Amino acid sequence: MNISNSIVEKAADATAKMTPNSVVRRVRGLSDRAIAWLFIAPAIVLLLAINIFPLIWAIYLSFTNYRANRPNAAVEGVGLRNYERVLTDPDVWQAMQTTAHFVFWTIVLQTVIGFTLAYLIDRKFRGHAFWTTIILIPMMLSPAVVGNFWRFLYEPQIGLFAYAVSWLSGIPTSDIRMLGDVSLAPWAIIIVDTWMWTPYVMLICLAGLRSIPDYIYEAAEVDRASAWRQFWSITVPMALPFIMLAILFRGIENFKMFDMVTLLTGGGPGSVTEVASITLKRAAFESWATGRASAFAIVLFVAVFGLANIYVKALNKVKQR
Amino acid sequence: MSSANSAHSVVEPSFTSKRIAGAIVILYALITLVPLVWIFLTSIKSPPDSISYPPKIVFTPSLEGYCNLLTTRTRQTPEYIASLPEPTGTCDEVTRKRNMVIAGPSNFLPRFINSLVIAFGSTFLAVLLGTMAAYGFSRFRVPLADDLLFFILSTRMMPPIAVAIPIYLMYRELGLSDTALGMILLYTAVNVSLAVWLLKGFIDEIPREYEEAAMIDGYTRLQAFRKVVLPQATTGIAATAIFCLIFAWNEYAFAALLTSGSAQTAPPFIPTIIGEGGQDWPAVAAGTTIFLIPILVFTILLRKQLLRGITFGAVRK
Repeated sequence: MNISNSIVEKAADATAKMTPNSVVRRVRGLSDRAIAWLFIAPAIVLLLAINIFPLIWAIYLSFTNYRANRPNAAVEGVGLRNYERVLTDPDVWQAMQTTAHFVFWTIVLQTVIGFTLAYLIDRKFRGHAFWTTIILIPMMLSPAVVGNFWRFLYEPQIGLFAYAVSWLSGIPTSDIRMLGDVSLAPWAIIIVDTWMWTPYVMLICLAGLRSIPDYIYEAAEVDRASAWRQFWSITVPMALPFIMLAILFRGIENFKMFDMVTLLTGGGPGSVTEVASITLKRAAFESWATGRASAFAIVLFVAVFGLANIYVKALNKVKQR
Repeated sequence: MSSANSAHSVVEPSFTSKRIAGAIVILYALITLVPLVWIFLTSIKSPPDSISYPPKIVFTPSLEGYCNLLTTRTRQTPEYIASLPEPTGTCDEVTRKRNMVIAGPSNFLPRFINSLVIAFGSTFLAVLLGTMAAYGFSRFRVPLADDLLFFILSTRMMPPIAVAIPIYLMYRELGLSDTALGMILLYTAVNVSLAVWLLKGFIDEIPREYEEAAMIDGYTRLQAFRKVVLPQATTGIAATAIFCLIFAWNEYAFAALLTSGSAQTAPPFIPTIIGEGGQDWPAVAAGTTIFLIPILVFTILLRKQLLRGITFGAVRK
């Protein structure tokens, strides 16, 4: 391959040299190396400008007392004080716990329901393709717009959700205050998130199930392994890397959860649903403590990045098995 | 022989087990649809019907929600309304029944158009840059390619709010705050990482021999890319474009923090639709319905590409 490349390259260079004034020729005769950079550079430049430069700026700000609503005030370095404040702030720890609670329950529910659905769909009953598409719809929608509408569904007096639960359980609707009740509000969010994102987990699990080669089941069949045994010693372990991948993606996404919570509860009642992103938004755009918010942002990033890395290592081990 | 229940068994799943599986999946799908159907039904209810208890399933359809979504209204005395000439259209008529007159168009349409411009603009750019970079990474030996690719992916791990702080400051300096261009650039940057990853997978699958054959036939590298690789990658490019579009169409956090007026998109706008005395749910539902329809259509029309994109992304990463 390299040989043919270099032959073509030389030929192209030769053509380029013959007509040095033609811009078209020169572009055509670009070396592979130049083309590689020409192709990759725009994306990298954009990412540097919109992701990396701001990230570095955020790191710098995290060591200062800068406030975005007072752009002309003198900026002073405060060393590690912002980090110290963030890490000793009980509200921050509370928000982290709330976030962890959401991440845990949404992952458990979405994995169990998503895998079950994938397992059932994989039986290829008649019409499975159509119903799979229907199930996919929620994940294509806007979490904010959907969250806003679920607020209506959750209304205790007029909402469909309260009505349905009350009809099924006999509890009066006035007691089903999903968004106003301290113990129910977190579940209100978990329910909507599960409604939206179970299809996503289902799809990845389906990809996993379809990747299991038939001959393994055939061999198990020859060995007269029971269906139950086949499920636990073939289906689950073979699909596990995919399930773990789905958990990784959902974990990262739900760690960042913001729009749905903002629209459903805004962090309330009190602060029982105040996830990390909402605390961060309050610090940055309501208290205007830009320096401290930046420190919090960096802490969050390091936390996700670190956890994701540890998780990916575990995932790779599972894959190698 | 044990009963073969597994989907992949040599023995096909039994008829009954297929039936049970189908029934459960269909039940789940129908439950999933309920909130969406309810959104649509609410959008064609009158405001009193929308908040009646028990929730009304049978009702007289009304266009009030859509009229209220698209106009701003002022309350007038019945005498004043009676003195007006004939209503000029359905909305005028519907609005007058509640003693109101139309004061002008609402902000919904401009916000919806912003959504269209920003979503399609950023999708086009992200796919363009993504395809080029993916080809670059797929076909050439790029120094530190793995590190670069991982770095590109890691930019997605930041919570949007965390990125929004410095972007907010940067955009304020550059005059990009509350501009469509600023939002297009931002969404392009967010999407380009996904685009590079997805497309690299698709382009890796196209045999290099195709290009080599083309180049031996006298094509240059760029010609081979355009005439051989691009047509082969169409499915992948389509799948990637849909994902970018869905993200940009649905994004809320950046839009809520970085736009306030002229460049605001629909997601932060819809929740702010307020009627007289509380939220005007039919109008909100109407806005939600209009906003969701393009994505619903996309999902149904392009489900194959979507499925391929999602599962492919999963396999790659």
